[in-house]
Amino acid sequence: MAALTQDETAPMVRRAHLARQTLVFAGLLALFAVAFVVSLCVGRFSVPATRALELIWLGATDPWRELTTIDERIVLLVRAPRVVLAALAGAGLALSGAALQGVFRNPLVSPDILGISQGAAFGGALGIMLGVWGFPLISMVFISGMAAVILVGLISRINGRSETITVILSGLVVSSMFSAVVSLLQFVADPNTSLPAIVYWLMGSFATATWERTLIAAPGLIIGGVLLWMLRFRLNILSLDESEAQSLGAKTNRERWMVFGLIAVIVGSQVAVSGIIGWIGIVIPHACRLLVGHDHRALLPASVVLGAGFMVIIDTLARTATAAEIPLGVITALVGAPIFAMLLRNHYRERNGS
Amino acid sequence: MIGLEDATVRFGSRIIIEALSFSVPVGRTLAILGPNGRGKTTTLKAMLGFQRLDDGRRVAPDIVGYVPQTGTSNQRYRALDVAVMGRAAHLGIFGQPGPEDFRIAHSALERAGAARFADHYFDRLSGGERQLVLLARAIATGSQVLVLDEPAAALDLHNQERLLALLNTLRQPRDKAIVFTTHDPNHALSTADDALLMMPDGQPPLFGPVAETITPEHLESLYGVPMRVVELAGPSGETHRAVLPAFAGIRAA
Repeated sequence: MAALTQDETAPMVRRAHLARQTLVFAGLLALFAVAFVVSLCVGRFSVPATRALELIWLGATDPWRELTTIDERIVLLVRAPRVVLAALAGAGLALSGAALQGVFRNPLVSPDILGISQGAAFGGALGIMLGVWGFPLISMVFISGMAAVILVGLISRINGRSETITVILSGLVVSSMFSAVVSLLQFVADPNTSLPAIVYWLMGSFATATWERTLIAAPGLIIGGVLLWMLRFRLNILSLDESEAQSLGAKTNRERWMVFGLIAVIVGSQVAVSGIIGWIGIVIPHACRLLVGHDHRALLPASVVLGAGFMVIIDTLARTATAAEIPLGVITALVGAPIFAMLLRNHYRERNGS
Repeated sequence: MIGLEDATVRFGSRIIIEALSFSVPVGRTLAILGPNGRGKTTTLKAMLGFQRLDDGRRVAPDIVGYVPQTGTSNQRYRALDVAVMGRAAHLGIFGQPGPEDFRIAHSALERAGAARFADHYFDRLSGGERQLVLLARAIATGSQVLVLDEPAAALDLHNQERLLALLNTLRQPRDKAIVFTTHDPNHALSTADDALLMMPDGQPPLFGPVAETITPEHLESLYGVPMRVVELAGPSGETHRAVLPAFAGIRAA
């Protein structure tokens, strides 16, 4: 009798689970689509939604067309690259956060923890001060971000392996080292020219987005993202205790560093074009865990969609809420810090409770 | 087949195991017996390849079905998703489990008696239920070797009986090498073919068939407690041996 009822309920439970996941993903995609279109419409010069959709269609079908009217130029040359870049950056940061939290088995770590953001910030600040622009600047950011990760790797590798806690602490050490140097650069920077540029860039912004910049950041964000997504089942394995993961055939140390490398590619690409944007990597994966559960096969895609949508919304607020642009880092911190505080309390309350 | 050959492990100047040799061929079950701190866990880790050997060699297949005492429970996965992780070694680093892997995971859950909570969250299960799911994951690896770390340590008597019965059903087809560690010599008597006794004071560990190794004299020096072996009539008339410490049966004054 018991076996009979179980045979009947199991497929039902599974179907209900599947239906719920489908619904959640549909909702997230809808949110992203709405945010995307609204962001193209609103601003100093507002464009009706139908016209925006028509322009997207025209731009997608015939990208090399001469842009003549003012609304065309605003939507396709100013807003579209900015929204696409924001979506890519948000997706990349949220995905990196989700993967990193899995690998560290700790929902409170974020991509900044490996020192990538601060390392990249150093490269950027140095570049701006030296008067470097464009592609060389982006390469400098990228290289110094990678250098930070490699440095963390070298410091935390003791007796041939790196423990989770030493990686986190080494990340902290490298981060504060780089941020000290960034402060020094700000101190010596020319207050009339390079200092404002450095400060503004450090606070994060998509204001300078162009198609060219979007295309520079896109390969790293997309390739890193796709590879991380392909690792989604492996991340489930890596989220287990060291010995369990190894007994299931994972080369934990090597695979973990592979994940770190991919995250460095993603975060480095993002910082290079839009400066430091904190909090996305910690807030979005947490919200997604509540929505779709901890399984990385669902968590990663959910983080991508919600991260993209959330970043587009934040960026739209940043440029429309007041006459001047509010730096992104300010808004994400104002939204993210309270959520993080709540998360921290819940996390430890749950742990102490069980 | 799994085992160690002349294995030595030292922590600093302390020798944990020395020149330890044993092997468990497919079809046999080994119980590693001994009180805490005699290197049971170290031996287990050495067999699994988690513990570097200072000397000697480990003989084991690439993938060993390992059942830890408690699984990771800070991630919320369904029991079926935990079981399907056993397929990881076959899928490679970029692989995703397909319908066939889920079928294997599901039949492993059935063999482990855990199918009824396949859709439940692992971290919401009781300790005994989690262990069954971890056993299913180990079965799903398809390995011919199963290694269980203190499978009965955290279980009440009822669940101990169920676990031992389950181990016996897994043992019956004689298609696996099974190793488990335990405090209780009765577990070895009821479910193992061979026993490895981690003797005290630098005496070499004793390895051999249960009938020869589980004797009152050996157990006495193993635990430092006088032991008695009693014969009990089993449910269908045959006699079973059971081990009791000398204090058993003494009435409280």
